[in-house]
Amino acid sequence: MKKFKLKHWINYILILALAIPFTVMAFTGSVKGSTSLMLAQIGYSIILAVSLNLVVGFLGELSLGHAGFMCAGAYIGCFTANYLHTVIPNPTVVLILSMIVGGLTAAVFGLIIGLPTLRLKGDYLAIVTLAFGEIIRTVFMNQEAFGGALGLTTRKYGKTLFVIVFVMAIFTVFVTQNLMKSKHGRAIQAIRDNEIAARAMGVNVTYYKLAVFVIAAFFAGIAGVLYGHNTTPVDYGFFSFNYSVEILVMVVLGGMGNITGSILSATLLTFINIQLTTKLSGDLAALKYLIYALILIVAVIWNNAPALSKVRERFSLRRLVEYIIIKFRGHRLKEDGGMEAPSTADWSKVPTKIPMDALLSTDIIPEQSVKEEGDKK
Amino acid sequence: MSEYMLETRSLGISFGGLKAAQDINLKIKKNQLYGLIGPNGAGKTTVFNLLTGVYRPTTGTFLLDGEELVGKTPAEINKKGIARTFQNIRLFSNMSVIDNVLVGMGNSSKCNIMQSIFRLPKHFSTEKQMRSAARELLRVFGLDEERRTVASNLPYGSQRRLEMARALATNPKLLLLDEPAAGMNPQETAELTETIRRIRDEFDMTVLLIEHDMSLVSGLCDELTVLNFGTTLAHGTTEEVLRHPDVIKAYLGE
Repeated sequence: MKKFKLKHWINYILILALAIPFTVMAFTGSVKGSTSLMLAQIGYSIILAVSLNLVVGFLGELSLGHAGFMCAGAYIGCFTANYLHTVIPNPTVVLILSMIVGGLTAAVFGLIIGLPTLRLKGDYLAIVTLAFGEIIRTVFMNQEAFGGALGLTTRKYGKTLFVIVFVMAIFTVFVTQNLMKSKHGRAIQAIRDNEIAARAMGVNVTYYKLAVFVIAAFFAGIAGVLYGHNTTPVDYGFFSFNYSVEILVMVVLGGMGNITGSILSATLLTFINIQLTTKLSGDLAALKYLIYALILIVAVIWNNAPALSKVRERFSLRRLVEYIIIKFRGHRLKEDGGMEAPSTADWSKVPTKIPMDALLSTDIIPEQSVKEEGDKK
Repeated sequence: MSEYMLETRSLGISFGGLKAAQDINLKIKKNQLYGLIGPNGAGKTTVFNLLTGVYRPTTGTFLLDGEELVGKTPAEINKKGIARTFQNIRLFSNMSVIDNVLVGMGNSSKCNIMQSIFRLPKHFSTEKQMRSAARELLRVFGLDEERRTVASNLPYGSQRRLEMARALATNPKLLLLDEPAAGMNPQETAELTETIRRIRDEFDMTVLLIEHDMSLVSGLCDELTVLNFGTTLAHGTTEEVLRHPDVIKAYLGE
């Protein structure tokens, strides 16, 4: 039996911890309608954030068209679903089929957009994907078959839709995590770190860039279909550039290339967003974006400010988990040799302020490094 | 099987009117340690870029083990058996040491994306095999202890060694080393000489190296080619070339 490694399972545990209690409540009938809507929203935000992290965090290309792919998936998927409802009586089967159709449509869009834009880098790619996102949205808006400016009306699913959303979120994490912890994932990260060297090491850069683009678009499409069944009608205004940026904020806040971070930040930001929208009414509604922005600023400072490193270490999630494990088992977990590289951003080693007494004393070597050397011996 | 591991036939490239390299004829036998020297800007790295597919030659052709490789992409050329290191180190800096080597290993394993995503048995078998091969390689270069360190945190000398290990991981026939001794002190250079010799013997490798450090070149190479202003100034055995009056003139002036 293989040793249980927490970091391989933490992502699934997080999603299940959120999903299981509410699922049980949903089937006993004690979940409010608004809660179930919010849960579904959290679920597809996780799908979007994790899939965008694949492009931004792992491949290292900035894409601002994620909402565009989501839009393609939402319209085509929901349109298919509307048709399938007349043929297939089981709504769950219809939803699954329409998700496949929506995901594949978005993937095709990803391929079409990826092929010409892969030569671009950085800002240029960001601008092109942004433009494509807007184009997709506008095209669907102008189709009468999809309801035009009124939006596409979809059939409502009951309070249990969020269960399917969370199943899909787990599937997204499964694919992303397994892909990144394989030779393909290493090749993708190699492209991010040094494209020229990656080419020289036999990495097929074009293939991997396209693959990442297509996979990310596929999941965005699925998220779109789920969105379409959660919020009716499918509104083209929702898929604007702002929403792409919102997903990007989740990724950046959670940490580039950090799947657990994406899950947490998607959950928290969606929750905060919904709470602000519902709690602030009337004149106070204008405050929503102010408070949201303040929360973001505080979160970014908390995550990155060198001066806060000590505080951060003390109250970090990892530490909390460790604490619980120690309490539970009575001893520390042994350091396991995982595949993940330790974080390079070791802020504790970056001096922000030079303390005066240390400067005046004769001992120039900082205490910390002496201690470390001692540890090595 | 050809007589020469690498043969270039009047290889050249010009950027507009500038002839960065022209009429380069290298003949490197299997298992040879071959040196490419010349003053700064002579076109040595350009030749490397031609051989690895970064540039497409405007004239001439080159053959690896009798097979013509002109016009292939860098990734294809690497799969055919030419691996290189870079003058300015280009490691995958945010990845661990072993992952750097594993990227190199990846080009020879047959395991597609779907097999990896759905964790089919093929994934585990290739992964296990690659991992043990990588550990083996790191042990040769004395980097096994630091295999979980992030590459950018390694000391300079180790980064150079890691680059060589990564290149060897792609299982090449010919190894191109671009100034392996740059920035090293005499003792490190001596160790490097030993390492390169070991690579040749243990991996049965043919090595073409660019170097400025004459102590390394004269101690290591069997044969040399000297470039100046993109053309071949001289070639022959190391002793001959280093005593050649034109070569001395190019390096030291009249």
